[in-house]
Amino acid sequence: MTAIGGRRDGPGARIGRAAAILVAVALVLPLVAVAWRAEGWGGLAGSDWAALRFTLWQAALSAALSVLLAIPVARALARRTFPGRGVVVLLLGAPFILPVIVAVLGLVAMFGRSGVVNTALGWIGVAPVSIYGWQGVILAHVFFNMPLATRLILQAWLGVPGERLRLAASLGFTARDTFRLLELPMLRAVVPGIFVVIFLICTTSFAVALALGGGPRSTTVELAIYQAFRFDFDLSRAALLGAMQMALGGAAAFLSLRLALPSGFGAGLDRAVPRWDSAGPALRMQDAVAILLACTFLLLPMILVLGDGIRHLIDLPVSVWTAAGRSLGIALSAALLTTALAMAMAVATIARGRNGWIEVVGTLSIAASPLVLGTGLYILLLPVVNPIAMALPVTAFVNVILALPFALRALIPAMRNLDRDYGRLSASLGLSGWSWLRLVALPRLRRPAGFAAGLTAALAAGDLGVIALFASPDQATLPLVLYQLMGAYRMEDARAAALLLVVLSLGLFWLFERGGRRA
Amino acid sequence: MLELDHLRLMLGAFTLEADARLEAGGITALMGASGSGKSTLLAAIAGFLAPEDGQVRVDGADITALPPGDRPLSILFQDQNLFPHLSVAKNVGLGLRSDLRLDAEQKKDRDAVLARVGLAGMGDRLPRDLSGGQQSRAALARALLRRRPWLLLDEPFSALGPALRQEMLTLLRETAQAEGLSVLMVTHDPADARAIADHTALIAGGVLHPPKPTAPLFADPPPELRAYLG
Repeated sequence: MTAIGGRRDGPGARIGRAAAILVAVALVLPLVAVAWRAEGWGGLAGSDWAALRFTLWQAALSAALSVLLAIPVARALARRTFPGRGVVVLLLGAPFILPVIVAVLGLVAMFGRSGVVNTALGWIGVAPVSIYGWQGVILAHVFFNMPLATRLILQAWLGVPGERLRLAASLGFTARDTFRLLELPMLRAVVPGIFVVIFLICTTSFAVALALGGGPRSTTVELAIYQAFRFDFDLSRAALLGAMQMALGGAAAFLSLRLALPSGFGAGLDRAVPRWDSAGPALRMQDAVAILLACTFLLLPMILVLGDGIRHLIDLPVSVWTAAGRSLGIALSAALLTTALAMAMAVATIARGRNGWIEVVGTLSIAASPLVLGTGLYILLLPVVNPIAMALPVTAFVNVILALPFALRALIPAMRNLDRDYGRLSASLGLSGWSWLRLVALPRLRRPAGFAAGLTAALAAGDLGVIALFASPDQATLPLVLYQLMGAYRMEDARAAALLLVVLSLGLFWLFERGGRRA
Repeated sequence: MLELDHLRLMLGAFTLEADARLEAGGITALMGASGSGKSTLLAAIAGFLAPEDGQVRVDGADITALPPGDRPLSILFQDQNLFPHLSVAKNVGLGLRSDLRLDAEQKKDRDAVLARVGLAGMGDRLPRDLSGGQQSRAALARALLRRRPWLLLDEPFSALGPALRQEMLTLLRETAQAEGLSVLMVTHDPADARAIADHTALIAGGVLHPPKPTAPLFADPPPELRAYLG
């Protein structure tokens, strides 16, 4: 079959292929540098293997807890309609773009030594529980991933055909029958994939481990890279650990190619399936409790931090505002570059010929480790320029690579639809190149492009990864300053900075996303 | 003249052979059952499907390798003929310049054509604010503005009700005559062919049967047409 694509193989497709090659090189070159710098496994200490073990078991436990806790919440949302349900579903999407360090601060306010929970425990005479250590790392991972799991499971739940539930009702199924015969098979099909995705996310955990872990028993491989790099300045050991993380990431990439990775922003969650089997008061109560507990767990830490932050916002030192300016710059440049790259790559996927590899490149970068990329770039830059001076561009660049898979997931399907619906019309009118981009592609793809830009901006603004590796004090970004304020126990300033960061991150997401919806 | 010279098309397991000449300056109807390959043939002529073998020529010039927008023809599809986010004036203006940088003269041309198809003063509206018949008129206006000698239509009025459809066919016939357009129109409805087509060609059994004058053809249908008419 030799169907000619709707569009000619024009400069757009060539730029897109070049962009994909650029991304592939940007992914591979630092890895090569890391592998080249690493000198035999003998350089690894026992503590490094302990880091690998911790990375694996904390990820497994975090994923298991996230999924288990998500199931009752997803079930409650699937079978209940109530005012505010849409807000709850929206709330479940928020942790995805919430800066990690802000969430950590919130969890400390709730579960820390002088936090709400320990104060309550003190009243009933229970000794305080520490949030620092493995339990804190896992708690934070559950905070981020339980909502993600809930949204994904909810999507599967709403995928159960209404006809089948109607049939179940006509056969007089109880809620237990429905669960056993309809819902359990559905869960068995989707839960393993969701577990693996969350497991993968938790294996690349850096900021959470940096802030809450770090002792000999709660250091992830990513954190060990940072420590080898920053404290010992042992590039060779950092590279070895990088190789270890690469092996983890490689396994992740392999798995993620097999699994349909969920996007984190499931569509069509705005309805509940009518049910006849769960109208009893006990079940209603159970669902209400599940939803209330989940909302409290997600909202209370944020309210504690941000509510207190408002009161101290005007006292923030100038250095924090300067850092916010740097973060804004990083966020905007990363958003612009990611959207442009993703757009070009999406154009290339609809051009003639075999372009499946472009999507593979985009998917693979989901398994990229920011710390390994950072270490590799440091090694590459060292002979040419002082890497420390490049901290901000490197941070923006790493965020472009990390956000690209999400941007592609938004833009490629939209581009395919555009080509299917209007490809022939564009071609028959000789619309191509810049005219096509200006008159057809940009107006029709505003929504996914706005979403991609917003997501990238939010993630880049809140990113505390590679910047911790590179930055000197005069280049700190807002998340790094926040982390430093926390470390110095300047909690009032930290909370105000957290508020600023949330406004910056979520505000950028909201602005770009809105911009895409208008018109 | 539009020549299909030993054209062989393949789409998956489906093959279609076409070897025929279509006269310029009239309306030729292309009839056949659904799935017989009418749209496939049109796609090949318009440049969306590369033939396995053979040539497409217009007035002697081989256009087989030309990209769709450079061919001496305009095409109206079954649907999606207008960009929904562009105003009617812009959609129609695309027929003059694909980057839409129209000068005053071109804008006047565009408005004249809009008036011609009965859409005067509606240029600022979006397609969704037009009725189905008006949308067809806008697409026709753009085709007229492009001033290409051939106009291909892939059942573009099939979504319209009988009265509107009749109206559009009449408009098509009149404008084609006035502009000296040659028209190739895909239809599955014999009434359409009888109403406006000078010639009618039938696709059946993976082969294009060359066009014949419509009236005698229907008066004494050959076996394959009789099979189609039932």
